[in-house]
Amino acid sequence: MRTETRNLTGRFTLLSSRYSIYLILIVMVVVSSIISPVFFSASNFSNISRQISITTILAFGQTLLIICGLIDLSAGSVLALAGLLSVMFYKATGMFVPSIAVGIAVGSLCGFVNGWIVTRFATPAFIATLAMQTAARGAALMLTNGQNIYELDKFVAWGQGVVLGIPAPVIFLVLVALLTWYVLNHTRLGRYIYAIGGNQEAARASGIRVNRIKKWAFLLNGALVGLAGVLYMSRVNAGLPNAGIGFEFDAMTAAIIGGTSFSGGIGTAVGTLAGAFIMGFLGNIMNLLGIQSYLQQVIKGGIIVLAVAYDISSKTGRKKKNVAASQAKPVTAATNLPNP
Amino acid sequence: MGDTPILELRGIEKRFPGVIALREMSFAVRKGSVHVICGENGAGKSTLVKIVNGIYQPDAGEILVSGEKVHIDSPVTARRLKISMVSQELNYIPEITVAQSLFLGEEPRTRFGSIDWKKVYKDTKALLEREGLHYRADTKLKELSVSDLQMLEIMKAVSRESNIIIFDEPTSAITSKEVDILFKKIDELRAKGAGIIYISHRFDELFRIADDVSVIRDGTHVATRPASEIDIEAIIQMMVGRRLDHVYPPKPERAPGSTVIEVRELGDGERFHGINLHARKGEIVGLAGLMGAGRTEVVRAVFGLDPYTTGEIRVHGAPVKIREVQDAIRLKIAMLSEDRKRYGILPMRSILENTGLVTLKKIFGRGYRNVKAEKRLIESISSRMNVKAPDLNTPIGNLSGGNQQKVMLAKWMLCEPEILILDEPTRGIDVGAKYEIYKIIFELAAEGKTVVVISSELPELIAVCDRIYVMANGRISGELREQEFSQERIMRLATIGGDEN
Repeated sequence: MRTETRNLTGRFTLLSSRYSIYLILIVMVVVSSIISPVFFSASNFSNISRQISITTILAFGQTLLIICGLIDLSAGSVLALAGLLSVMFYKATGMFVPSIAVGIAVGSLCGFVNGWIVTRFATPAFIATLAMQTAARGAALMLTNGQNIYELDKFVAWGQGVVLGIPAPVIFLVLVALLTWYVLNHTRLGRYIYAIGGNQEAARASGIRVNRIKKWAFLLNGALVGLAGVLYMSRVNAGLPNAGIGFEFDAMTAAIIGGTSFSGGIGTAVGTLAGAFIMGFLGNIMNLLGIQSYLQQVIKGGIIVLAVAYDISSKTGRKKKNVAASQAKPVTAATNLPNP
Repeated sequence: MGDTPILELRGIEKRFPGVIALREMSFAVRKGSVHVICGENGAGKSTLVKIVNGIYQPDAGEILVSGEKVHIDSPVTARRLKISMVSQELNYIPEITVAQSLFLGEEPRTRFGSIDWKKVYKDTKALLEREGLHYRADTKLKELSVSDLQMLEIMKAVSRESNIIIFDEPTSAITSKEVDILFKKIDELRAKGAGIIYISHRFDELFRIADDVSVIRDGTHVATRPASEIDIEAIIQMMVGRRLDHVYPPKPERAPGSTVIEVRELGDGERFHGINLHARKGEIVGLAGLMGAGRTEVVRAVFGLDPYTTGEIRVHGAPVKIREVQDAIRLKIAMLSEDRKRYGILPMRSILENTGLVTLKKIFGRGYRNVKAEKRLIESISSRMNVKAPDLNTPIGNLSGGNQQKVMLAKWMLCEPEILILDEPTRGIDVGAKYEIYKIIFELAAEGKTVVVISSELPELIAVCDRIYVMANGRISGELREQEFSQERIMRLATIGGDEN
């Protein structure tokens, strides 16, 4: 009986906190549509989707890692390195389709190295990927001597192409969203990622090869970073060794707003997508309202604090309620039996 | 007698979610006496002293210090009331020095408000010299051995000139020479009129220092007697109490088959040595012992969670190497950990995910998730284990301890183990759920599974097991057949059998 009532309250809070993010999204759309007549239109939505596509692809990678109790600070730098190598490959060979594979491969390799360092030397992901951030940026600058590469020719199709009226990066965004959703919900890897982030010791005691799974998570994230690199260079029509600075933080922001918990074990693909759109809509409406871009950053900062504070308070609130429920009820008569 | 007791507890009660830790706990400590408290693991000794030291607040009852009612809401208050405690668990900050640790939280100040380090080090040096301790004031704590640390803790408590000093198993980590120093100190304190609460499992030392002995059981006070009027047998009798039958399901007749798992001379070079055990098909084997005897360490090694350095493990007569948990699972060994929170549950994940965790290969057999098959599989095992929850998507952290434990059992049952190791399977869960877990254990044995049960509750082991091994100080101190079972025998093997260290 006791468990039943306790769980009902627990479940109610959980439901409201689980869906609050979508509620916020809907409210934003409604309010924005009222404030600005230009907002609610297919072309504006298409624009927003294209604008957020690259950081959102990164956000899915970060989601996988953060759920697993990891993080990637090197995403921006690896994006530059992978994109640049993809561009250079295309310039050298003129091969269009393999060029994207090169980018993904380079990203995956960097991801693998991140994972290897984290698991082999038991380094915190924060530190290992911080090192990769520096190293990959340096490598990218070395490759071109700090120069930008221009005249990408047909390569721009990856980022600027349109298929059936949909911008190519948005198609990739949808594919990556589906992939992330599938991995998290329908594969063993996904379950293991949740388990490790939820309680690493328990995962190990359940026979999960923790290090192997962590390496896979880094590898997957790396592949997404590589893809994002190709899309980015292609979209700006240039190979920029200085591209992507700070992108990892935009990606993390989307993941966190979307309900991914930094303490691990919690997060969803759909949530991250919603988080990315919230940030995208916010930027869009502030632009439409003509808010100065510096102020926009301040507002975004405030939004992040609000989101995280809400996340934490909804969690601790739930815990308090549980404790209250279990304390309110007297301990069952059975416990009072002296048992030896 | 006739004096006001220096410390008196009246009707103290303490509840934790799901358990009553203390009930109507009343006793008094006389001025200038050593009051020893005896009780089984989990009887409430530590909770009791934590209440006196202000770490926990009682839910009911009152505490009197020298006849005056006090409210001890924190260890700081306790210190102000001249109560100090030498705790059983060593909590220390490895990077600070001996002097810093001695004065932690009560550092003397200079005229300018900064810490008077000169005085800290001077006083520490004086204290160390006076007490004949070999380390220096600027030695870092991480450089000290466990026994050094324990002695430091003791000296710290003693040097505060407290009126009430609690020693919670102070001798579990120190050498016999240091025990002598400690007892001399206790004698001095007693002569000065302090009241001393002393908790220990070692009966030999108990009679060296005790003036009074209180026995507690299941959170209640059983009796207080002058040490001169009581003997070990009487204490053990009171500690284990009478037996109540309706807490356990009737033990079915069992006819164990051939040996399934055998452990020979297993050791990890540190916490357990020369362990020989075997368990047969359909048999329930108990592993008894006090906390820290090495029981959990042995089964963790058998399950591949910790390494072992000597000896071998045989399954069905064939020597096997168990290096990691996967090896154990492949050999059809399953283990329920003693620490459910740390090694068991993923609190924020659903019952469904928690249950399926070890057997995902079955659910994801074809590479993708078979949602229906998963639900069917987990529903059937959950109902067999009698898990009570609104639905399978409920996060396991929201369930009661008993239901969490049933989910953990279900998780391991799904991989169809032949050998089940259950480490404290009923810790922290209520009697109703305990009964169900005992019934499940009996069913498993009836199905021909080999069950190893670790428990600190002796009646539980006696009611459940066919055979019991007793451990003390990292070794097997005895093996008892069913007809030899008695709490007194087990207790003796677990305590007296462990004297020689």
